[in-house]
Amino acid sequence: MLINREIPAFDLAPIKGSDQGWGSKDLAGQVTIVNFFGSWCIACLQEHPFLMNIKAQKLVPIYGADWREKSVDAGPRWLARYGNPYTRVGDDPKSKAAIAFGVAGGPESFIVDKKGVIRYKQVGPIYAGVWTEKLWPLIQELQKE
Amino acid sequence: MTLKAPSFTVAFALALFVVAPLASLVPSAAFALEPNEILADPVLEARARELGKILRCVVCQNQPIGASNADLAGDMRVLVRERITNGDSDEQVLAYMVDRYGDFVLFDPPFKSTTYVLWIGPAVIAVFGMFAVVSFYRRRKDDGLDMATPNPQAAPLSDEERKRLDALLKEDDE
Repeated sequence: MLINREIPAFDLAPIKGSDQGWGSKDLAGQVTIVNFFGSWCIACLQEHPFLMNIKAQKLVPIYGADWREKSVDAGPRWLARYGNPYTRVGDDPKSKAAIAFGVAGGPESFIVDKKGVIRYKQVGPIYAGVWTEKLWPLIQELQKE
Repeated sequence: MTLKAPSFTVAFALALFVVAPLASLVPSAAFALEPNEILADPVLEARARELGKILRCVVCQNQPIGASNADLAGDMRVLVRERITNGDSDEQVLAYMVDRYGDFVLFDPPFKSTTYVLWIGPAVIAVFGMFAVVSFYRRRKDDGLDMATPNPQAAPLSDEERKRLDALLKEDDE
């Protein structure tokens, strides 16, 4: 769903404690991962160390959508506790971006090419197998485009 | 004391024959709508409710977004209202959701190349099943396994077989 389609236009406000949110325009000109997460989402915590590794190795920028937090403090507290793997984080309390991307559960990740076209959708956590077999080869290919 | 028993019976009968049928008249599709979601324009609100019955809550078990208390269903109801308020037709709203969540988001999936198996599959399986049952019983008859109706096409016994049969029957008599 929405594969090989342009990302929907949207703008996410910053989460509490930050002055920078992000929107569809910020993704232009680079290959990115758009990741939907939430502090309530157990599988997001499972995936989290993997995202931290991607950031540490500077493989690809990850843009986070902090999805449907029960309070404005929950997301920032979660990131402060476990670490922030995101280039930027936006707040999506009412599922505006989540529905625009067709997200049904957390986490979900989208690989977006330089033109802003969604090229892959990963439902559920990113793990070593899917990363080495699918996501990383695709990202490298797209970075050459 | 004598009045107590009849009054209980009357109450029970009332509950059974008056209240229960009345309760069944209440529409079964409960609305999970929050008061602050409702649109001021009754025409738009009616359209939003119809769409709420057609669209499936993608995180629920077989519930439309209109009847679900899930957070995401609530957000989808709000989005439906936003879109029709901004001039989207019902078809545009449904297309927007199908684009994102696939035909699964519709309670009544459309009949098309990717879904025809879903629609005609059961009928095809039923026809195959009937065919299999009929041919099973036919074959059984042909094989002569059906003892009640001897197969007229079965080859008659050879002389050797007849001798063996006679011998066996004689053994039985002794």
